[in-house]
Amino acid sequence: MATDTVRAHAAPKARPVLTQRKPPRLRTVVTCAAAYLIGVFFLLPYLEMVITALRPAHQMADRDLLPTSITFSNFTNIWSTGLGTNLGVSLEIAFGATALVLLVAIPAAYYTARRKFRGRGLFLLLVLVTQMFQPTAMIVGIYREFLQLNMTNSVWALILVNAGFNMAFAIWILNAYFSAIPKEIEEAAIVDGCTRIGALFRVIIPLSMPGIVTALIFTFIAAWNEFIVALTLMTTNQNGAPLTVKISTYVSQYSTDWGHLFAGSVIATIPVIILFALIEGKVVSGLTAGSVK
Amino acid sequence: MTQTTDAHALESVSGPGGKPRGRRRSDGRLRRLARALEPVPWVAPATALILFVVIWPVIAMFQTSRQSFDSMGFDHGSAGWTNFTKLFDEPVLDGVLIRTVIWVVAVVTITMVTSLGVAQLFNKQFPGRKVARWALIAPWAASVVMTAIVFRWMLDPNNGALTVLAHDLGLVKQFNSTNWLSEQVPAFCWEIFVAVFVSVPFTTYALLAGLQAVPSEVYEAAKLDGASVFRTYWSVTLPLLRPALLVACLINVMNVFNSFPIIYEMNGGNANSSDATTTIFMYTTQQSSIGEAAAMSVVNFGFIIVIVLLFLRASKWNSAED
Repeated sequence: MATDTVRAHAAPKARPVLTQRKPPRLRTVVTCAAAYLIGVFFLLPYLEMVITALRPAHQMADRDLLPTSITFSNFTNIWSTGLGTNLGVSLEIAFGATALVLLVAIPAAYYTARRKFRGRGLFLLLVLVTQMFQPTAMIVGIYREFLQLNMTNSVWALILVNAGFNMAFAIWILNAYFSAIPKEIEEAAIVDGCTRIGALFRVIIPLSMPGIVTALIFTFIAAWNEFIVALTLMTTNQNGAPLTVKISTYVSQYSTDWGHLFAGSVIATIPVIILFALIEGKVVSGLTAGSVK
Repeated sequence: MTQTTDAHALESVSGPGGKPRGRRRSDGRLRRLARALEPVPWVAPATALILFVVIWPVIAMFQTSRQSFDSMGFDHGSAGWTNFTKLFDEPVLDGVLIRTVIWVVAVVTITMVTSLGVAQLFNKQFPGRKVARWALIAPWAASVVMTAIVFRWMLDPNNGALTVLAHDLGLVKQFNSTNWLSEQVPAFCWEIFVAVFVSVPFTTYALLAGLQAVPSEVYEAAKLDGASVFRTYWSVTLPLLRPALLVACLINVMNVFNSFPIIYEMNGGNANSSDATTTIFMYTTQQSSIGEAAAMSVVNFGFIIVIVLLFLRASKWNSAED
């Protein structure tokens, strides 16, 4: 919007050379076509996932790209085994981890972006170190730790692990955003009577909304899809396990049945898509509100 | 900067007040202490979380790599460096290391180049941009495990969608004749493809967020100066994207290096098979020898530290140039 108005104002001043350019319509059409093609390309495997989930069992071995009839039995079968509880656990873990990450990462990223304090380099290096190892690589260590703490089968353990492993990304991306905002803006706010924390909430956070939303989505999705730690820690608590673990039990139960596997996957993917649909608008509005003007 | 000005201001205020020297000195000490403690409330929660969730297990991993376990997983005390010597004597290790390097370099390079293009395209105004962007998040929203499994399903030599398509196009003469995922080079190529496929959405969004943070005035100025599209991209967009690029690249290197589900799900997780990387090797070794797996994790850790140091170099070079 903002750039459009700027261009509209600039247009009358434009030199006649500009009129010789190709009409913008063609460019838009080409851009559209390319973007839609890329979009479809990235959707195709998931379309196949949905199609397979809807495919009746007796048509699984067929070579048609589309089944001749569809069925929802794959979905009803796995839902009837109490998938709703697991959905709730997954939501708890993902929301808990995301909230914890933002609570911890925003102050740290802000402070390291603004102040050169003793130990700053060490802190940023420590943050970077946490990005080095993923739960996959240190699952034995994680299991031993929570066993000692008597915290296996605990949702809190999974919230903590997911937050811990995703905080690094949040701090780095927010640090980049906060550093890019001119110091003068918040100094002006502080001169106007804001406290440092007030300036953070009223000036810096609204200006870095795209970064915050990116960090938020990244953390939520990572926590939502986390599998190996949940599988390892939720050993004796199958009903209180997140969706990913529950689905894996269906997989072993129906190891050759792709229909059940993909029906579970579709259900597990829907909440993330909904969250993203809700937040995509926030990215855009955050951008408009946060533009330097 | 603000800190020093504050300190100077305070000192010049207390100076002419004619306070005794000793008092001033202890004030200074207190102030220094207060200044040293100022970061604590801001960074302590993050530090505590890191120590608890990441550093503790890392220490446990190092301990495990120097311990001896029997086949049942019972601890038999210190093993010295035997886990490491056993690891380095593995005949497949060289291949695993080389493949890991190819894996990381190929996936990250293709991902970064593709994402730069896609981000540029999706940054343009066009009708339905929102919908097109939504499509792009699908690989990111679905778990990597699921994506890998879907690709394995689509590459099924009997009735996979991609096999059927290739057959219809005449690329595959007969069904069940070739299994791409069981042959070394095609399998590794498909795995790289899937890794790029799942990495591009996040990278594109990171770069897109970076692109949108660039104020439009900069482009207006470049336009007024008569800069060409490519010149503008090279001299204006890319330098302003540098922080986003650096972060995206670093995250990608780490993720791809640690990547596990793609290769594991697509080839069945056989460590001696022709497309294992260090992470897969570590995981499959874990079932037979925890100590050796821990040693492999420690070696991995060493690699990652080297990567990080190189990146810190690059970021320093970046800020020095600014």
